[in-house]
Amino acid sequence: MTATLTAVVTEAQVRAALGSVVDPELDEPVTDLGFVRSVAVRGADVEVHLRLPTSFCAPNFAWLMCADAHDAVSAVPRVGRVVVELDDHHDSDLINRGLAAGAGYRGTFGHEAEESLDELRATFHRKAHTAAMERALTALLRADRSRTEADLLHTTLGDLPPDEPTTGALRRRRATLGLPTDPGAAVLVAADGTRPSPADAALFLRRARSVRISVDGNAHFCRGLLATRYPGAEADQSPRPDADSRSLLPLEVLS
Amino acid sequence: MYSKDGVDYFVVDAHIALWDARPENQRNVHGKQFIDCFYDYHRNLSPESEVWPYEEYLYQGGERLMRDVFGNGIVDHAIFQPARLGEFYHRGFGQTEEAFALTQAHPDQLTYNHWWDPRDGENGLDQLRADAERFGLTGVKLYTADWHGESRGWKLTDPMAYRYLEVCRELGIRNIHIHKGPTIRPLDRDAFDVADVDHVATDFTDLNFIVEHCGLPRLEDFCWIATQEPNVHAGLAVAIPFIHTRPRYFAQIMGELVYWLGEDRILFSSDYALWTPTWLVERFVDFQIPEDLAEYAPLTTDVKKKVLGLNAAKLYDIPVPEHLRLPDADEPATGPRQPDAADLAMS
Repeated sequence: MTATLTAVVTEAQVRAALGSVVDPELDEPVTDLGFVRSVAVRGADVEVHLRLPTSFCAPNFAWLMCADAHDAVSAVPRVGRVVVELDDHHDSDLINRGLAAGAGYRGTFGHEAEESLDELRATFHRKAHTAAMERALTALLRADRSRTEADLLHTTLGDLPPDEPTTGALRRRRATLGLPTDPGAAVLVAADGTRPSPADAALFLRRARSVRISVDGNAHFCRGLLATRYPGAEADQSPRPDADSRSLLPLEVLS
Repeated sequence: MYSKDGVDYFVVDAHIALWDARPENQRNVHGKQFIDCFYDYHRNLSPESEVWPYEEYLYQGGERLMRDVFGNGIVDHAIFQPARLGEFYHRGFGQTEEAFALTQAHPDQLTYNHWWDPRDGENGLDQLRADAERFGLTGVKLYTADWHGESRGWKLTDPMAYRYLEVCRELGIRNIHIHKGPTIRPLDRDAFDVADVDHVATDFTDLNFIVEHCGLPRLEDFCWIATQEPNVHAGLAVAIPFIHTRPRYFAQIMGELVYWLGEDRILFSSDYALWTPTWLVERFVDFQIPEDLAEYAPLTTDVKKKVLGLNAAKLYDIPVPEHLRLPDADEPATGPRQPDAADLAMS
């Protein structure tokens, strides 16, 4: 029989699909974080196991990643039965049962779920944008040392170097939020598109920096913990682009 | 007291525990998962020479605790911050009787804080009064992610929590330590959200709210709240061991905290037995923010003295020898505290 089980779906296709699944809190694909423990393809059927840095990672994020993984793999052409399981988490049984039954978020978590996880997702889309904005502006300052922080108030997307990864990353996060992505759009904006006043701009950028530091710090910690928990997991992790691997320019007066 | 290069530091470890996570005390798989999670934190962030075998990590006992925390004379005083975890461990995680007995045997070196949980209702309020009298409480440790029957978390803004905070105010329990673990209900919102701290800090201005691990993983939200609420403080538990594995990240954490909160509201905590205080104190005294992180002012010796002990001593009225004391910084009550000290001026 096995001879007839030629691969209808390939592991590469499944992994590519999983590459679209993002940890909302860390703003990185689960494939880069090493959260994909295994992918097994038998004919058209696929079984994916996910793993997280601790048993006590927040179950709402765990659910989002597992549900998104199930959706992403199910969308692979010609795929048959899809099983996604979360390993070694305090809610593994609950989440895996819910996924297998197609019970959805509320059906899985019962009284602990109210409406949906849309607002949670939106909260972290906003944070991801803030961090990406700060990275792009910091990269700009590094690339052109004649530029001052005062210029940042008037910096537009068109001023950002098109080849810098931070530029593309910012464009994608703006698109997610529905912010304009045309070259004339101001970069230093809140998630709803409003711009800080000149007097508030320094504090605005400073807050954005604290968001970026927080997200990056959490990402490093989670990656490290995963490798401690699952020896060898570091081999499955792609390096995270790190704004601090290069020196930061001093921030001067924004006026 | 710790001495280095002719400078003396009065040291208060503001967060220690005497836990029992041995298999015979584990109620279910979550008891094992919980201590395994702690052990991974320990292994991941400790220098190799400080990593303990798993068996030793499960339980230390009072004698070893006294040796680990005070043995070399560096730590002057330490404060128990117990976690209940009654759903995970038969006799709870923090060992109340053993820790309190140790405190009674060493009253100059130890302070015992206890916990409360608003989901214990009216009975819990009576228990809090009894506990306050028995333990002589001036502080409590609250773990908002603790499980309790069908509930897997609570918020400081829950109506019953306000009743407990009112009793704290009445009984003189003025230091409220908050550990924001992943609070599961409702799952719709961020489990690590620190916004409830903002509300209670505004409504109980006569209480001090010490947020453990400075709000991590929500450092940015914590800083934004704390900069506006003068009675919100940062505990360095879990944050300070990054000094070894990720010193640049630790520099940024310290830089952000000093910038947003100022130097008078940051407390050293080893989180023993997650880590031991000795290496953390030694590293912290030697630590400096890298020069290229020019948006932060360097950490002065005075800042280090305050963080290592003087700030906690002030909250708990722990006597500090005259020559080791320092005055409060001349900083604004709210808003970024030292903007002019960094390159980013606010003018």
